[in-house]
Amino acid sequence: MNQPASAYFLEDRHDPNETHTLSVLVQNEPGVLARVIGLFSGRGYNIESLTVSETESQKHLSRITIVTTGTPMVIEQIKHQLDRMIPVYRVVDMTLTGRSIERELAMVKVQGRGDSRVEALRLADAFRARVIDATTESFVFEITGNSSKISQFIDLMRPLGLVEVSRTGVAAIGRGPEGM
Amino acid sequence: MTDKSHDPNQMTGAAMIVRALIDHGVQHIFGYPGGAVLPIYDEIFQQSEVEHILVRHEQGAGHAAEGYARSTGKPGVVLVTSGPGATNMVTPLTDALMDSIPLVCITGQVPTHLIGNDAFQECDTVGITRPCTKHNWLVRDVNDLAKVLHEAFYVATTGRPGPVVVDVPKDVQFAIGTYHPPRKSDVHVSYTPRVKGDAAQIRKAVALLASAKRPVIYSGGGVINAGPEASKLLRELVEVTGFPITSTLMGLGAYPATGKNWLGMLGMHGTYEANMTMHGCDVMLCVGARFDDRITGRTDAFSPGSKKIHIDIDPSSINKNIRVDVPIIGDAANVLGDLLQVFKAEAKKPDIKPWWQEIAKWRARNSLAYKKNNDVILPQYAIERLFAATRGHDTYITTEVGQHQMWAAQFFGFEQPHRWMTSGGLGTMGYGLPAALGVQVAHPDSLVIDIAGDASVQMTMQEMSTAVQFELPIKIFILNNQYMGMVRQWQQLLHGNRLSHSYSEALPDFVKLADAFGCVGLQAIKPGDLDGALKEMISVKRPVLFDCRVAALENCFPMIPSGKAHNEMLLPVEATDEATAAAFAGGKALV
Repeated sequence: MNQPASAYFLEDRHDPNETHTLSVLVQNEPGVLARVIGLFSGRGYNIESLTVSETESQKHLSRITIVTTGTPMVIEQIKHQLDRMIPVYRVVDMTLTGRSIERELAMVKVQGRGDSRVEALRLADAFRARVIDATTESFVFEITGNSSKISQFIDLMRPLGLVEVSRTGVAAIGRGPEGM
Repeated sequence: MTDKSHDPNQMTGAAMIVRALIDHGVQHIFGYPGGAVLPIYDEIFQQSEVEHILVRHEQGAGHAAEGYARSTGKPGVVLVTSGPGATNMVTPLTDALMDSIPLVCITGQVPTHLIGNDAFQECDTVGITRPCTKHNWLVRDVNDLAKVLHEAFYVATTGRPGPVVVDVPKDVQFAIGTYHPPRKSDVHVSYTPRVKGDAAQIRKAVALLASAKRPVIYSGGGVINAGPEASKLLRELVEVTGFPITSTLMGLGAYPATGKNWLGMLGMHGTYEANMTMHGCDVMLCVGARFDDRITGRTDAFSPGSKKIHIDIDPSSINKNIRVDVPIIGDAANVLGDLLQVFKAEAKKPDIKPWWQEIAKWRARNSLAYKKNNDVILPQYAIERLFAATRGHDTYITTEVGQHQMWAAQFFGFEQPHRWMTSGGLGTMGYGLPAALGVQVAHPDSLVIDIAGDASVQMTMQEMSTAVQFELPIKIFILNNQYMGMVRQWQQLLHGNRLSHSYSEALPDFVKLADAFGCVGLQAIKPGDLDGALKEMISVKRPVLFDCRVAALENCFPMIPSGKAHNEMLLPVEATDEATAAAFAGGKALV
C-alpha cells in the first residue's frame, strides 16, 4: 500500500480488458457526435475506432460504430451511459451477440520500382486488394476486410515502399434477417 | 390566405419563452439581465404571471433555483445572458447534474450570424454545458423554439431529473414565429425513461427480503426525487418488514429521524451502527442511491456477505461501483409500491430479533458523542441547540460544504422529505446561501436556515443583497471556526499537520457586514449566549447573519479513514492523537 495520502479510496482494478464493438443508432442532429465523443473522453473510456455516417436520411438516423476496450464493468457502463443520452435510440453490443460481421476499408499508397513493385502487386492480389491508382513508380491499393487483415497487409507493404495509409474505421452489422 | 397578424400564436421568440414558462406553471425565475437576453427581460417587464428574482451573480441564480426545485419538487428556472452569464452557470448546472435536480436554464446567445465569430460576450454555451447538463439545445430557428422549450421541461423533470440548457440567439428572440402549447410530439422518440420495475425482478427481491436474517434498507436522494409518495411507501415498507434503515446524505428525511428503525446516516461520517449494519448485513435493499465512494469506503471490502437489491431509475447507476444481485430499473415510488404489494401478499415479516440485538450493541457505542464544554461553543452543540430552537417551526435547512455540513447531517433531525438541501455530489462551497433564497421564495412563511461555515459562506455572500431586496428572511447560521475545517481536518490526518492555506487570516466582522447589507447581525461567543441569540434569530422577520463562534480545532467524527472498510470506523472517543495517527497509518504511506 504505497499510495499517497488521499481523501479518495484508491484501488487497483485487476479485471482484464476486453475489446467490444458497439453499434449506436442516433438521431442525426447537430452536436450528437460531440456528445458521444465527449462521453468517452470525459469518463476516460477508450475509443479504438469510430465510424459515423447517416444511414437513413429520411428519418435522420445515423449509425455510429465504436470499437472500445475496458473491463467488463466498464463496457457495461459505456453501454448504459450511451443509452441514456437523449438522441440515442439503441445501443447493441455486436461482440456479445456473437453474430456480427465487421469490415473496414483502407487505401494504401506504395512507392517503388523493380522487384519490390512486382512483389507489392503480387501480395495485393493475394489479399484481394484492388489497384485504384497507378503511376510508373507507385500504386494506391484499396483493401477491404476485418481490421487485422488490413493491418497485416500494411505490415507487408512497409518494406516494399509504404508511403501512407487512410483507413475508414470499423463498420459492423449483424448476420441473419433481423435489424438492430 | 389567413391573416397571420391576428393569430394569437404568432409572436416573437422572447414572447414565446415567457409564454412557455406560464404554460409550464412557472411562477418564479431566478436571473440576471445582459445584452443577449434584453428582449426576454422586456417581455418579463410587461407581464405579471412570472415573478423574476434578481440575483447578484449568476451562480447565485443557479443555486437558488436548485433550492427552489428541491424544496418543491418543481423545476427551478434560470435566465442568464450569453458569455459570462452562461459560464457562471457551469457550477450550479454541474451541481444539479450530480444531485439529479431538475433545472431549466435559458441562456441568451449572440445573434446567429455572429456565432463562431468571437463576438462580444460570445461563448460556446452548448459546448461548455454539454458535459454538465442532461441535455442542451441551441435554437437557430424561432419556429423550433416552442418545441425545444417544452421538451426541455419534459427532459428536466422526467426519468432521472437533471439540468437542461436552452441557448437562444438574440435574433431568434426578436424573430416572429408560431408558438404551440406543450404536446407529446415535442419530445425525442428516443427518450423513453423507464418508470415501472420488472415484475419478475420484484418477485426475486421480495423472496430475498423475506428470507433475510440480517437485512438493511439503504435509501438515497432518488426517494426524495420520486416525490412525497415514495417517502410514504418507504416508511410503509420499513413498517411492514421491520427492517433497519439508513440513508445517504441526499436521502435524509425520507424516513423520519425519530423513527424507531432509523440508524442514522451512513458513509464516511455516518454513524457506527449504520456502517456496521451495512457491513454485516445478509440482504441489502438499496433504493435511489448509487454506491458513491463516500458511502462505500473500500469497495473490495464493502458489505462482503450480502445479497444486494438495487432500485434505480438510471440503468447506468446499476453495477457502476458495486455488483448487485437483483437490479430493478424504475421510479422509486412505482417500484416500492409494487414491491410492497407483492410483499404483503406473499411474504411475512421475517424474525430478525437477534439482528436488532446486535445493532443495539453498536448503537450503545454512541458514535456521535462529544465532550461538553462550558467555555467554548462546540459546533455539535450549536447544531443541537439550533435543532431544539426550531422544533415546532416549519423549517427548511440548507448547508454549505465542509465540517458544518456533516455536523448538520448528524445532529439535525429531519422528519420530512424536501426539508434538507445540501450539495452532495459536487460538494459546492457557496451552495447554501443562494439555495436558502430559492427555498424562501417558494415557502415565504417558513423558517429557512442555511447552516454555513465561515469559509463557504463568503463564496456567495453577495446574495444577502438579494435577500434584502426581495424581503426574504433567510437565516445564515455560520459555524465560525476561522478555518476551512474539513480541509484542515484532512491536513491534520493525512499531511503531517501542515495547515497549508486552510486558515482564514482576515475574516470580515459578520455582524458589521450584516449591517452593511441592511440585514440583522447576531453573534454568540459563549455557550450561554447561544439560546437567547437563536431565539432572536428565529423571531426576527428579516434576513440574519449569525456569527456563531465555535471551537476552532474541533474535528468531525466518527469517520471511516480512507482506504478502510465500514467496520474500521474511527469513533470520537477513540480519536486520540495516537489512535488517529495509527488509523491513518504513517501519513503518506496509506491510501
